[in-house]
Amino acid sequence: MLIKGGRLIDPADNRDGLFDLLVEDGRVREVLDPGSATAGEVVDASGCWVLPGLIDMHAHLRDPGYEYKEDIETASRAAAAGGITTVACMANTDPVNDNPSVTQYILDKASGVGLVRVLPVGAMTKGLKGKELAEMGLMRRAGIVAVSDDGRPVLDAGLMRRALEYAATFSLPVILHCEETSLSARGVMNEGELSSRLGLAGIPAAAEEVMISRDVLLSQYTGVPIHVTHISTRGSLEIIRQAKQQGIPVTCDATPHHLLLTEDAVRTYDTNCKMNPPLRHEEDRHALIEGIRMSQVDCIATDHAPHARDEKDLDFDLAPFGIIGFQTLLPALMKLHQDHDIDFSQLLACVTRNPARILGIEGGTLAPGSRADIVIFDPAPRWTLSEDMILSRSRNTPFIGWTFTGKVVRTMLGGVTVYRAG
Amino acid sequence: MSWAHKDLIAIQDLSRDEILTILEASTSFKEISRRDIKKVPTLRGKTVVLLFYEASTRTRLSFELAAKRLSADTVALSASGSSFQKGETIMDAALNVLAMAPDCIVIRYPHAGLPQKLARELPCSVINAGDGTHEHPTQALLDMYSMKERFGSLEGLRVAIVGDIRHSRVARSNVYGLTKVGAHVTVVAPDTLLPPGIRGWGVEVSRELDPVLKDADVVMMLRVQKERIDEQFFPDEREYAYFYGLNRRRVDLMKEGAVIMHPGPMNRGVEITHDAADGDRSIILNQVENGVAVRMALLYLSMGGNVDAD
Repeated sequence: MLIKGGRLIDPADNRDGLFDLLVEDGRVREVLDPGSATAGEVVDASGCWVLPGLIDMHAHLRDPGYEYKEDIETASRAAAAGGITTVACMANTDPVNDNPSVTQYILDKASGVGLVRVLPVGAMTKGLKGKELAEMGLMRRAGIVAVSDDGRPVLDAGLMRRALEYAATFSLPVILHCEETSLSARGVMNEGELSSRLGLAGIPAAAEEVMISRDVLLSQYTGVPIHVTHISTRGSLEIIRQAKQQGIPVTCDATPHHLLLTEDAVRTYDTNCKMNPPLRHEEDRHALIEGIRMSQVDCIATDHAPHARDEKDLDFDLAPFGIIGFQTLLPALMKLHQDHDIDFSQLLACVTRNPARILGIEGGTLAPGSRADIVIFDPAPRWTLSEDMILSRSRNTPFIGWTFTGKVVRTMLGGVTVYRAG
Repeated sequence: MSWAHKDLIAIQDLSRDEILTILEASTSFKEISRRDIKKVPTLRGKTVVLLFYEASTRTRLSFELAAKRLSADTVALSASGSSFQKGETIMDAALNVLAMAPDCIVIRYPHAGLPQKLARELPCSVINAGDGTHEHPTQALLDMYSMKERFGSLEGLRVAIVGDIRHSRVARSNVYGLTKVGAHVTVVAPDTLLPPGIRGWGVEVSRELDPVLKDADVVMMLRVQKERIDEQFFPDEREYAYFYGLNRRRVDLMKEGAVIMHPGPMNRGVEITHDAADGDRSIILNQVENGVAVRMALLYLSMGGNVDAD
């Protein structure tokens, strides 16, 4: 198959220009100058961008246990439609993915669906309870790619140290949601003047920064790399920037919503703007955007967190945290590219090359020999997100009604088309 | 001037002139409660539903009397014995109430934001009788009315609000309202009981009560909730009363003509002693009386009343 006429953008292979892509047996055979070869099957990508399939290193697929919110099939459809071909899914299912049986279930179901590569992230501690180490080694054998207790941070510093060292034994990347929960307490939004005005309990920036500081020091002491997920404050970025300067093996990601929204969105008590960490100030948002520009923020991950309408349709105090994000990831990157003049290939690296490196997985590139996980993206059309476009089982997103630029035309997994725009 | 708002959700939403309009309108309603026959036909045929999802005695009673004295029909629904306890979502409950065609819903609720949502989604009037730690606009209006009644004007009035500002919707609504009408507000509390960002609200902040007392025209004491001790906002009632309680000695520091207010219910012996609460300076019971008048005015204005009409 020849994908011809498109602009190939592949940060890992340092390519951005007009190239044709020859795909054979599910892999990229050759990257060719335009028009220099033909093939039986030709895909015309003229006017489009040809990108490596996106890697979302932080998502919640809710399967097993919460299939009323989302399951592996609905999540896979939504991801494929968003140009995402690899999804790392967090362990807070029911039962928790803290043992190889659950890992195996997720992998089996995902491969049965076959639309995206689902990479399970195992729990660091049994039941995400922060008390005893989970069976990281056996889960590694079953197929997890990383460990994380995500939204249930390990509060015991001694146990965290052991978890880091034990994870390193099995070369498992460690993904950390950093939150000192005694500081965030019952908070539901960013703490500050606005939270006081709205009468909502706040989550101070310090809740995140205190824990990042602890974990950076533990990483320095043990030498074990850590990846801090969904950082939300300028202070967090500053801690990580300094740690990187000192050679401490720390990486981080930010979510599209923290890059596009601020706490201002909470003014109407819209529970689709309730997430943890919370939306912060404009200066935090700008710091994160600059962090991407300066390559201090390594990845962009969705933290895709489906919740049913009935659950979100509660008081702001009571509604669960989180929003969906698969189908708005690439549109968000385009928006950042256009509004903040960030090189698109730099943004693309945050969802291809960089997460692949951090997770130590194949993918994130279309260099010759790579798996043909490919997105064909038309950068021109302007469109407005409406509920009926959402393929996830849940529709909890603050981006309904937003106008975006650029649409996924086609997504391929190992050369097989798994999504095609209707 | 006619009243443009269907709802009353937050003092934050009101302008200075709107606040003064409500206070002005309240005066004509106060007289009704002092008549022998305490009823006028103004809202005859209107239905007011009181939805109280949080314990309340005086606010609910005050609204109920206000509505009845204007001849509106009232139905009260409280948390216990309502379908809310059976897990019905509050929006479902509200839509069910709406299907019975009320003209006005008065709602008290333990979480911030619901009155705003109801006002947005329902065609009837919605009056916020307190939502979480957000606002309690009618309390602030009756407080301002009581101050205005006493001092003639709110402009330049020096008001001290003392205690748990952080968790108090009464304090918030009063701060927003008083600063809008030109009063000078000082909040007095330990740092733990101040809401983050309050220094941007145009108030002075004091950690000490004594120095504030000599200049204040109004000293408003806030209720201390016992659960704040468990949450370690302050060590215990003894220490709290020592530094922030209003007692005989402190009452004597107050200047001539200064008054003591409290939104109730009081913890006697904690934030206020008997002699402060019941002494000559206390206008706590005037607040309660004025509450009915102010709520009558609000019900009247919200349900389409014209300010010029009597």
